Parts: sequence; structure tokens; C-alpha cells
Amino acid sequence: MSDLKSILMLYRDPKLAKRLTEKIHELAKEINDYTLIMHVCGTHEWTITHYGIRSLMPDNVELRAGPGCPVCITPASDIDAIIKLSLDGIIVMAYGDISRAKGGKGISLEDAKSMGGKIKIVYSVQDAFLLAKELSDEDIVFFGVGFDTTAPATAYMIKRDPPKNLSVLSSYRYVPPAVGALLEAPDLAIDGIINPGHSSTVTGMKPYKEYFDKHKKPMVFSGFEPIDVLISIYLILKQIRDGKAEMINEYTRSVTWNGNVKAMKTLLSVFQLEEGYWRGFGIVDNSAFEFKEEFDFVNARVKYGIRKPTARGEFVEGAKCADVIKGKIDPIECPLYMKECTPDNPKGPSMVSIEGTCRIWAEHKVTAILKCRI
Amino acid sequence: MEEFVKMVHGQGGTAMQQLIKNYILKYLGWGEAELPLKALDDSGVMNGIILKSDSYTVKPLFFPGGNIGTLAVSGTINDILMVGGKPLALALGLIIEEGFPFKELSAIIESIANLAKSVDVPVITGDTKVVERGALDKLVLNMSGIGIRHPLLDHNFKVVREYRKEFNAKWLMDANLRPGDKIILSGYIGDHAIALLSVREGLKFKSEIKSDAAPLIGVMDAALKIGGVVAAKDPTRGGIANLLNEWRDKSNVGIKIYEEKIPIRDDVRSACEYLGLDPLELGNEGKAVLAVIDEMAEDVLKAIRKHPLGKNAEIIGEVTKEFDYVVMETIIGGLRIIPPPIGDPVPRIC
Repeated sequence: MSDLKSILMLYRDPKLAKRLTEKIHELAKEINDYTLIMHVCGTHEWTITHYGIRSLMPDNVELRAGPGCPVCITPASDIDAIIKLSLDGIIVMAYGDISRAKGGKGISLEDAKSMGGKIKIVYSVQDAFLLAKELSDEDIVFFGVGFDTTAPATAYMIKRDPPKNLSVLSSYRYVPPAVGALLEAPDLAIDGIINPGHSSTVTGMKPYKEYFDKHKKPMVFSGFEPIDVLISIYLILKQIRDGKAEMINEYTRSVTWNGNVKAMKTLLSVFQLEEGYWRGFGIVDNSAFEFKEEFDFVNARVKYGIRKPTARGEFVEGAKCADVIKGKIDPIECPLYMKECTPDNPKGPSMVSIEGTCRIWAEHKVTAILKCRI
Repeated sequence: MEEFVKMVHGQGGTAMQQLIKNYILKYLGWGEAELPLKALDDSGVMNGIILKSDSYTVKPLFFPGGNIGTLAVSGTINDILMVGGKPLALALGLIIEEGFPFKELSAIIESIANLAKSVDVPVITGDTKVVERGALDKLVLNMSGIGIRHPLLDHNFKVVREYRKEFNAKWLMDANLRPGDKIILSGYIGDHAIALLSVREGLKFKSEIKSDAAPLIGVMDAALKIGGVVAAKDPTRGGIANLLNEWRDKSNVGIKIYEEKIPIRDDVRSACEYLGLDPLELGNEGKAVLAVIDEMAEDVLKAIRKHPLGKNAEIIGEVTKEFDYVVMETIIGGLRIIPPPIGDPVPRIC
């Protein structure tokens, strides 16, 4: 076994998992009340579903996925705007998963392609910039979708050497204020939160301090292996039992208090934080990365007159996408889940993206929550 | 809207089941036999004769650990074995694309000869066709085979009936499983699919993994000699995920397996994580999964392990009333449903 492999296997250790599960059950017994733990990352949801962590939870502890999938929260009006550009003859460059998400008019970029839209799927912003240079006679828009994890690379490329024929439609979102909004939501009543390890590696823990101070709920920054997640659940329950609330870093091999200072500095030299709309979730203050004025030359909103997105009726009738994205319900509570809405024929964005809760549940054929006898 | 056949319809999963049900059984499902077409088992049986036909479209034709010829001998023989048969003879159908090098053809036929000789199952008839360039991709093989009832099958069932009086199946069938039966897997999974992927155009990667393609005569002989086997199946397209779901459906039972017990090589596991593949869905060509009554499972396991092709065998789970699904207890003790794959994630592996 390679060294890397043996390190990885420590985070999947069956004996340790069993001990943690037992401890979690002991704590839950002492707490006795219903306890809702939310996380906000598609990769955490994958780990929880793939390893069957929900089946290990005591009856009074629920793990729920919140808005942690960039494709899911990308506003429908931005998707519609970019589709219109592609149909107007402008080349749109986008990641594969966002190209399958339907906008407010029920069509996706992929659908637009079959209608004659000009779309190129790229794997990175670097690819988009390179391709834009090759196609120097064409007008090109890159669809900037994602969180603080992907936005810095775009900022860096723009500062470095942006091709003249390329502009960027920024739907980038900043995660910490969204966690603040979740903690504030009266219809959720979250008891503890698992913070996203990748995003927090970039932002650091510091931006979460103001939301933590305001709500005083246990907050654990977590890694993505099953043992990481079990430790994080344990740490949250322990705080609840002790009547305490702390910001704890479980993912010490990656997350720091200050985060990736260089990346954040680059990011905030190109973008400023403004009020932002999250599809299915609503308006969150200081959560949208919009271009600063001096970058108007690369800002697709300025170049093509695309308005900042606002809330609109934007999901298929009968679908409960908004409730799933916000973390109010589980996918199996949506009447369309695995009936009209499947990974092959997704009706809502959460069934499209590999980070979407519905897609993760569908691929694991979750039709009920199994429970282990502990 | 007119519908067309897609690659996924040939990949051993739920899409292929639909094709077979809607377009093949619909017309051909009337044939009565001891093991008829409509049982959709590994082989058919009539008047005590086991009959099997299998076509091979693997890409590329030569891969680490074998070629299309060794694959064909192994695949057809294994399907005869899996219903409780003793393979007797093979029939080879060749469809060759114009321009195919004789050097490659003779290498393939020679390896068919060597492998068939080593297990004493001769090719006794065949057919050769050539089609114009572009009409198919290099070479397609059909290998059919016949067999008779395995001489140890009745002994095997006698052992089953000592513990399960009501057991009255005549062959090792997918519908024979009952709660309490143990599931034995004869060795590492995923080798064949990953070996093929490692030499695929556009995806080549460095790997030591070889295809597991091999006839499992010795393994089945050893298991039947002990006795207590109620069903056997080789996890080809769709892997053990598909196999276990077929058993679940046809036997109307739940199956629980343990992730920790499933033999997977480190290299295969790494390749799967890297490529985003689920090893449970990967095809194998030299593995058997056996359902054995609880009382005999340990003895059968011991006997299989004595054979070189079964030395890494494990009891990976059991048939249960606890669930209505195929469920896996994950490495950390959680539970997860194992759904039948829609298709094999790696097309054209056999």
C-alpha cells in the first residue's frame, strides 16, 4: 500500500468509525431533543450518502444538505441571459454541468445548442481564455459559475492577460454570508452547521466569525472523508450537550483562520461583494462577486446589458427544488424525485449537477433512509 | 418518436433488460425447456443438454492478460458452468473485416486452441464470414457451447436438501436463493474492465492490472464436490451490482454485502476513484459468485480457496429478510442501497 493510500485509509478506518458512531449515539441520548445538523457542500453530501452515514445516525439527529451546489444556486435569469447570447451568435463557454441546468424558460444551454446556439464546454477558465485567443474574431462570453473556490482563478486570469474578445458573466457567490443567512432562517432552526472544507480553505474561518457571534451555533469546518464528517458531527453534538457553541476546525490539514490570503486578495481586487440572489434560497447580502468598475471592459453585464438577477418563479411546477436547495426538505419529499425528474431527464438544477443533492441521492438510489441497528 | 438502439442497450444493465424484454422475449419467450429463454439465466437447458451462445466485441482485441479469443473461450465455458453444467464442446463463429491482418488472426485462433485444450473442451464446428472494410470494427467472434449436467450437481443438491427439505430446483438458477444463504465471491473484482481501460485509445494509463479472463472449471468442480451451492453466476457486464440485483429480483429476497469483505486490488480501487467508476459495476471474466446454504458456506469457501483461481475468495454477504434491496454495509458501517446499473460504465469489454 502506498503511503498516500495508507494515510487516506486512516480517514476511512472501520474501528474508528464504530467508536465515533457509538459516541454520537451516547451524546444524542443525553441531548434527547431533535437535532438538525446542516452542511452546505455537495462533496459532504456525497460522502454522507455514499458511506451511508445517515443510516448510522441516532433517531433524533438529522443530517440535511443546504445550498452547497454552485449549479443549483445559479440564478435562472443568468442562465436565460447566457442562452440568449448564445442564440444571438455569441460563443458561450461554460462548464459541462451548468450547461445542463434549465433556466426560467425551461431550456438549458445544452438545449440551446440543439437550437443553433453557439456553446463550447470547457474544463477550466484557463481553457476558456486560451480558446478565446484562438478564436480572436469571435465575441466570447465565459459563464463564471461557482463559489469562492473557483472565482479566484478567474480573477487571476482577468488581471493577467484577458483576451479582448472575451467577457465574463459573473454568477460567482461568496459562501460565508449564505451560512449566516441559513442560521438566521426561522423555517430551518439549525442546531449546528458543518462548514465547507474547500471553500473555507480559500476564505479562511475568519469571515464566519460575525455570523457565529450573532447566532452562537456550533460550527465545525470539516474535511470530506467519512471519519472527518463523523468527527464533525460528534464535535457539534458534544457542544450541544455541554450547552456551548464554538467555531472548531476539524479540517486542520487544509483550513486555517486566515485562509488563502493571496487568492482572496486577487479575488477582491477584481470583484466586489454585493447583494446576491441565490436560486431557490433568496437574496443574501454581500454574497455576489460582481466586477469592480475598472473591470467594465470584461464585465458581460455591462457589455450586453444583463441585469443583476432577482427572484422569479423559476422552477418546474410541482417541483420542490427551492425547498431542497435551501435544505428544508430531503429529495425524497419532492413528488417529482425519480419519477418525472431523473439524472437522465432532470427537471431541476439539483438533479443536474454532480454536487446537487437530488443527483447524489438518485445515483445512490436513495428511496428511503435505512437505519442501522447500533 | 422513433426509438433507436443505443450503446447502453448492450451493457448488461437495466437498459439491456428492457431491450431483451420488449424486443426479444416478446417474440421468442414461448419456447418451453428445462431452463427456457424466459428464465434469462446464464445458459438454456433442453433434454439435459446445456446450450449457450455468446458474441464478443471487445475493444481493443488484445489487452493485458488476454485477447478476444481467450475471452470467448472463458465466457462461454463459464456460462455453461454457472447453471451447473459440464462444458463439452464449442462452436466458433468468425466475422472478419476486410483488411484484418492474418498475423493477428492466427494469434487469436492459436490462443483459443491453447486455452480450449488446457480445459479439454474442443472446438468442433464453426463458421467464417468476411465483410467489407468499415462494415464492422476489425473482428467479431461468436462462441457457442454445449454441456451436460455436471456429474457432481446431484450430489451438490443432495447436500442442499439435507438442510433445506423443500428445495427442488434441478439447476443452479437465479431464482434459488433463500434468506440465510451466504454469498461467496471467488476473487478480486474489476481487473478485466480496468485492464481494458488502461489500453483504450484516448485513456491509456500505466497499470500492472491484467484481465482475469479464465474458465472456472476447477473452481466450480471444487464447490460442487463439497455441495450446498444453490446458485452461481459470473459477474460480467454490470459487475456484481448487476448480478446481485438479478438474484434479488428473481429470488424475491434482500441481499446484504459487506464493503470490507469485497476483494479489490489497491490498483483497481485507485483507478476507480480516479476515473469515477464504481468497482461493483465493473465487468469480470474469470470470477464466480456463488450462493451457498449457510451450513456449507465455510467448507465451500475453503475448497474454492485451494484452487489457484479461487485463492482470494471471500464470503462477501448473505441473503436476508431484513431489506428488500441489495444493501451494502460500507467500510465505516453505514448502509447504502446498491442499485442495478443502467449500463456498464465501460462499454465493449466482452
